[in-house]
Amino acid sequence: MMLITCPHCGPRALDEFVFDRPVEAITAPDADTQTLVAQLYKRTNARGPSRELWRHSLGCRSWMTLVRDTATHQICDVEPVGGAR
Amino acid sequence: MSGPYRLAEGGRLDRTTAIPFQFDGKSYRGFAGDTLASALLANGVRLFGRSFKYHRPRGVITSGVEEPNALAGVGLGARREPNTRMTDVFLYEGLHAVSQNRWPSLDLDLGAANQLIAPFIPAGFYYKTFLGPPKLWMVYEHFIRAMAGLGAPPTEADPDNYARASRHCDVAVVGAGPAGLSAALAAARAGARVVLIEGDAHLGGALQAEACHIDGQSGVDWVAGVQAELTERGVHILKRATAFGYYDHNMLYAAQRLCEPGQPPQDGAPVQRLWKVRAKRVILAQGAIERPLAFSDNDRPGVMLSGAVGTYAHRYGVAAGTEIVFAGQTDAALRTALGAIDLGVKVTAILDARSEADIDPGLWTMAKAKVKTLAEAKPVRARGGKGVEGLEVDVSGRLTAFSADAIAVNGGYTPSVHLHMQAGGGLDWRADESAFAPSHAAQDQISVGAGAGVSGLRSVLQTAFDSGLAVALALGFDLPCGKAPYAEDDARAGLTGDFLPAPSVNLKTAFVDPQNDVTLADLDLAWREGYRSVEHMKRYTTLGMATDQGKTSNLIGLARLAKNAAKTPPEIGLTTFRPPFIPVTLGLLVGDDRGFHAAPLRRPPLYDAHAAANPPWQPVGYWRRPRAYLQPSETLAAAGLREARMVRQCVGVTDVSTLGKFEISGPDAAKFLEIACATTVAKLAIGRGRYTFMLREDGLCNDDGTVWRLAEHRYLLTSSTGGADRMAQHLSYIRNVLRPDLRVGVANVQEHFAAIAVAGPNAKSVIEAACEGAPAPRHMGLSRAKIQGTDALILAASYSGERAFEVYVRSGEAGPVWADLLKRATSEGGGAYGLEALEILRIEKGHVETGGEIDGRTSAWDLGLEKMLNPVGGYIGAAGQGRAAFEDPNRLQFVGLKSLEGPIPEGAALTAKAGASAQGHVTAGSLRTLEPGFIGLGLLAAGRTRLGDTLLAWSATRRASARVEVVSPHFYDGEGARYRD
Repeated sequence: MMLITCPHCGPRALDEFVFDRPVEAITAPDADTQTLVAQLYKRTNARGPSRELWRHSLGCRSWMTLVRDTATHQICDVEPVGGAR
Repeated sequence: MSGPYRLAEGGRLDRTTAIPFQFDGKSYRGFAGDTLASALLANGVRLFGRSFKYHRPRGVITSGVEEPNALAGVGLGARREPNTRMTDVFLYEGLHAVSQNRWPSLDLDLGAANQLIAPFIPAGFYYKTFLGPPKLWMVYEHFIRAMAGLGAPPTEADPDNYARASRHCDVAVVGAGPAGLSAALAAARAGARVVLIEGDAHLGGALQAEACHIDGQSGVDWVAGVQAELTERGVHILKRATAFGYYDHNMLYAAQRLCEPGQPPQDGAPVQRLWKVRAKRVILAQGAIERPLAFSDNDRPGVMLSGAVGTYAHRYGVAAGTEIVFAGQTDAALRTALGAIDLGVKVTAILDARSEADIDPGLWTMAKAKVKTLAEAKPVRARGGKGVEGLEVDVSGRLTAFSADAIAVNGGYTPSVHLHMQAGGGLDWRADESAFAPSHAAQDQISVGAGAGVSGLRSVLQTAFDSGLAVALALGFDLPCGKAPYAEDDARAGLTGDFLPAPSVNLKTAFVDPQNDVTLADLDLAWREGYRSVEHMKRYTTLGMATDQGKTSNLIGLARLAKNAAKTPPEIGLTTFRPPFIPVTLGLLVGDDRGFHAAPLRRPPLYDAHAAANPPWQPVGYWRRPRAYLQPSETLAAAGLREARMVRQCVGVTDVSTLGKFEISGPDAAKFLEIACATTVAKLAIGRGRYTFMLREDGLCNDDGTVWRLAEHRYLLTSSTGGADRMAQHLSYIRNVLRPDLRVGVANVQEHFAAIAVAGPNAKSVIEAACEGAPAPRHMGLSRAKIQGTDALILAASYSGERAFEVYVRSGEAGPVWADLLKRATSEGGGAYGLEALEILRIEKGHVETGGEIDGRTSAWDLGLEKMLNPVGGYIGAAGQGRAAFEDPNRLQFVGLKSLEGPIPEGAALTAKAGASAQGHVTAGSLRTLEPGFIGLGLLAAGRTRLGDTLLAWSATRRASARVEVVSPHFYDGEGARYRD
């Protein structure tokens, strides 16, 4: 079970978090259809480091981005997202 | 208790305590410290079970968790644990075990007739039956199903409790043999917090199974000293805890036995504990597993691993036989034989497959002095039926035979790399030892001792100590550690040679995986039939797929495949190592999460008021809501219809507190809502509300609800009960990820407010009376008033199709308000209504429901909501709707269904005739409230263009159907006259 360091709470077990999406799949509400389809459905899904959006949903509920290696599950570069909640 | 099989002295037993136990209804006695297997061997029992496929008689092969053969159901009644390794159960008073795979008895097993038809059930038999005519499968099926499965699980509920615990530590050491103890000692002395995990009831591992000396003490005394020191240094020692899973980021799971399998606990104490150990570094010291040899009838009871014969002698004071022949190919097996002889075990011959030049000369000379020895000797066939009677041997091409009642075999050692591989590590092939040993580690881990391919006691102690030190140092622990434990003995396991059976071996009875009855002939057949990949061979022959997961057999199978392919084992590759390392009972994994504790129960604020009426409950997510308020001897269906009619004709009150509720405030609140909602919001006047729905990014409908403008910059948004948590996440995503720049706050107020709906022609008078005469708001308007002295927000919205209001009050104050509204409704001839009536009313009104018609596949157009879409766009899902699939004229669209006969079965397919392909499906079906007849809602291909068509609503699973006419979904008051002022 992965250990994720929440920027606000410190290291916590995976089951307190939810994965939301790779950062490249964050689409602007006013994006055009072509851009949206590319972002949602035609992602690279590469083996290796992937920057992802996560939420500490069963903890402080804050959002964060982090880099997870899809092959090894190594996690680094956790950064908080958004303003005050 | 004594006899030919219990040595006069020795063993780590309490010989003063005789423990009575039962096996297959017969009483035996053993000693404290015995395993079930050692106690049975001491009693002269050799037949432990029958094999799975051919029902061949089987004995015990090993002395540890890798045991493939000696499985039994252990325990009585609900506590019976099937497929329990008899080598991994310590004896307790009253232990009750039954053998498996036999009928009517172990000695006389009619299933053994399968041996006669063995030629007809070859490898891949199961797959081959699928290729034949289907009629034949019907014949095979009975046969296969009757044969399938091992021991029978109990049918009663598990009466026992299971505990969970977690530990964080600097260093976790798995295995407390010489390597694990040495590594733990170094790390603990350096100052690290250490957890030591050992599956056995005692520390020491292999040191308990051989005569040895460390630091001038006997092995057993040295272990006791180390245990005392580790305890004093605060090392957390988990005994009888088997680490079975190595998960991401150095998380180990271990199953700890607090009671032995089948043993009743005292006073409801837990019987097992699941440990979750998170370590900064992990040291794996799981040792190695001895390999058997493949020869004809090598599964006869009495054929055992040489190490098991040694362990039974040293640790349990048991002679595996009275006339034992050793057949090995390593120096380690030679030492084991000599050690057994020293303890008084009768060994009559020592055979070695290697040429004399490859054998340690000192050991060979010693052996020659004591018993008959033969080099270049490979076993060909074990004689005997329910027990070994002799061994036929190929000595440099010449056949000879020995009389024997036990055969100790050794085919080398396989480092136990399971956890290393689960963690994602790699392996190196060591041709000398015919074994894979760990290469690179994928996580912060290191392997030591025999599990790392190290042999020789001194080397093991030294290298493991050094590793423990290095690991501690890397974590910043640098207290002085002293010297590594020292042993004079540094004898290596020795060369192994190959796995090739002697040429005269009958491959059809040369078992590789005895639990699944896989022979060398099966492996060769798979090869001839074209199975080249090791993963395919495994699945086709079921090699290594039994409960022991091939701990003793996988490498022999791999070597056979490699030989057939004329490749080396590393070129063939290994199958995947997956958790759990040993079978784990489901009770342990479930723990306390069962029965009432299986899921949380969310109680709406008015739960107690409803519970007083003892209604049938409907689980909605984790919530519970009343389905109806039944009158005496009333059915649920009748109650639902009565309550729905009550709302249509008079007035009803219902609890809608579980709806999602969000307060959106701030100068940019309207802007925020126009991103979240697909409808316009900004034009809403203060004090007004409207229906709204939300889309997902892909353009499909996500949820619906209402939005109310409470003040200039303050809105209330509601959503469905089931979608509330999803909506909370969605709104937070918009707020924090998409538009952190907006000046807006989003508060989830779902549980802060209770909500009570009052609906029906008399609703207005009930509300106005409750509010002490304050005028009720117009449809889709809101007002504030006091009910029973409590602040109430009154929203005029209708879900039922009648004049209706939703009363919002603070959760803690809802009780008196509910009581007051219910009393007033009752005095007008109405009452409370539940979910059944709510559903009937909304079906008749033609409202879509999240989870029903909003099923994650329907768009705004599909649901007939497209006219409400915000023409400006900019909302989530706007772009997704532009995808080509949304233009398809044959999309499933929302329609009403009028039955031309009986009830419309929910979930039925909409078809041209019974059995024809589905053109859509029924999402909901109901009676009409005030008129006779049955109606329904559905999703139908091109449904909006098909009004007037006749179809069949046909349910194969419910065995029901009804002819239906496609109509508009608005069955009741299409103009909305009833809820407007």
